[in-house]
Amino acid sequence: MSSIPNTLKYASSHEWARDEGNGIYTVGITEHAQGLLGDMVFVELPDVGDAVTQGDDCAVAESVKAASDIYAPLSGEIVAVNEALADSPELVNSSPYEDGWMFKIKVSDTAELSALLDAAGYKNSIDE
Amino acid sequence: MANQTALHGKHLEAGAKMVDFFGWDMPINYGSQIEEHHAVRRDAGMFDVSHMTIVDLKGANTRAFLRYLLANDVAKLTVPGKALYSGMLNEAGGVIDDLIVYFLQEEFFRLVVNSATREKDLAHITKEAKAFDVTVTERPEFAMIAVQGPNAKAKVATLLSAEQQAAVTGIKPFFGVQAGDLFIATTGYTGEDGYEIALPNGQAADFWQKLLDAGVAPAGLGARDTLRLEAGMNLYGQDMDETVSPLAANMGWTIAWAPEERNFIGRKAIEQHKAEGTFKLVGLVMEQKGVLRHGQRVVVEGGEGEITSGTFSPTLGYSIAMARVPATAGDTAEVDIRGKMVAVKVVKPAFVRMGKKVI
Repeated sequence: MSSIPNTLKYASSHEWARDEGNGIYTVGITEHAQGLLGDMVFVELPDVGDAVTQGDDCAVAESVKAASDIYAPLSGEIVAVNEALADSPELVNSSPYEDGWMFKIKVSDTAELSALLDAAGYKNSIDE
Repeated sequence: MANQTALHGKHLEAGAKMVDFFGWDMPINYGSQIEEHHAVRRDAGMFDVSHMTIVDLKGANTRAFLRYLLANDVAKLTVPGKALYSGMLNEAGGVIDDLIVYFLQEEFFRLVVNSATREKDLAHITKEAKAFDVTVTERPEFAMIAVQGPNAKAKVATLLSAEQQAAVTGIKPFFGVQAGDLFIATTGYTGEDGYEIALPNGQAADFWQKLLDAGVAPAGLGARDTLRLEAGMNLYGQDMDETVSPLAANMGWTIAWAPEERNFIGRKAIEQHKAEGTFKLVGLVMEQKGVLRHGQRVVVEGGEGEITSGTFSPTLGYSIAMARVPATAGDTAEVDIRGKMVAVKVVKPAFVRMGKKVI
């Protein structure tokens, strides 16, 4: 059974979002998701300054097994991306909630948070 | 209920991620596919290949039967223990399966065939064997462990008795010897040195544990696939099948055209393929970001083809693939990756052998 921290919000498409204050949310994929994908080999991230819309694909995670779209869990502007993933995509596997984060969004509408799941809801959605 | 090999418990014990592989519950990895891949290229790794099917053929006409059944010619096998890789074709010249045949004694040959094709292989072999009065016996009582890598043989040696070590000392590539309860062959599917060892099911878990204790890393089907693709070895069902001529699957070298009077199943059809020309299986290399995948469209000089197997190569650090394309293809191609045309290099389909880049 994989770790699903209570402090995060989740999309059913396996992204997590962490409130960093000032409307900034850090986004990554869950431990469950990295397990399904297997060893990560490339992560294609959005550019800082890109506008993203909740539910739209904005990054690609390529693992040994498949290429998977990563969806923006919230709308807003990309204010940072995890440059370390260019050389060390395996951080997504080894540390999905910390060192393996993907990008940060300055959220435009916090009401969208209601569309995300809490830890219990996400746990139910993956049936663990 | 999925089939389980004699090593199933060892996989669960090691925390393997198990998947269904054509009806068998098999390990895809034990944590990291890439680390398992590197273990085989740099040191020694082992695979449970007990799901593969061992078929023994016996009878006075066994050699004559195999010269009819297989596209390669077992007349080449003159020394007991010598093995040969061959396609087994249908009348239309498609590949029913690819296999290894061992010459054990004049009236006793052994085949190792794929597990995914087990039923149709057995049905075909049994049907064709009747006219030759050859008995066909499957050997499910054997487990099989492939130990591969530059240090594989040395690590296996620590487990062998003096008699067994004497039996395997100096055996050439593509040979099999019976050494006590172990059938030890210098074959593999990784492009590295090593053995494939068949042994009674009841001894498999203990032998696996001893290999673990000797420092051999367990490796799953995921690493097996990236290793064989780097080595440029075909995967049945992906790089070729019953609809594909061996000539379009880089298997031309396995067809023994001479002597001309040897009639084998599919001969007429592939003679026609040869005269007419076929697509060819090539290697693709993409040094930029991204991963080539099975099914992607490939545009070459003179037409279009498709990637049959694609992956990220852990040894090279970029993506490689095998693709079936028109014979007119030159040194470059373009691959349709999620709607974007990406330029790639066209090479011979072999990328890494014995730990070294060969492209």
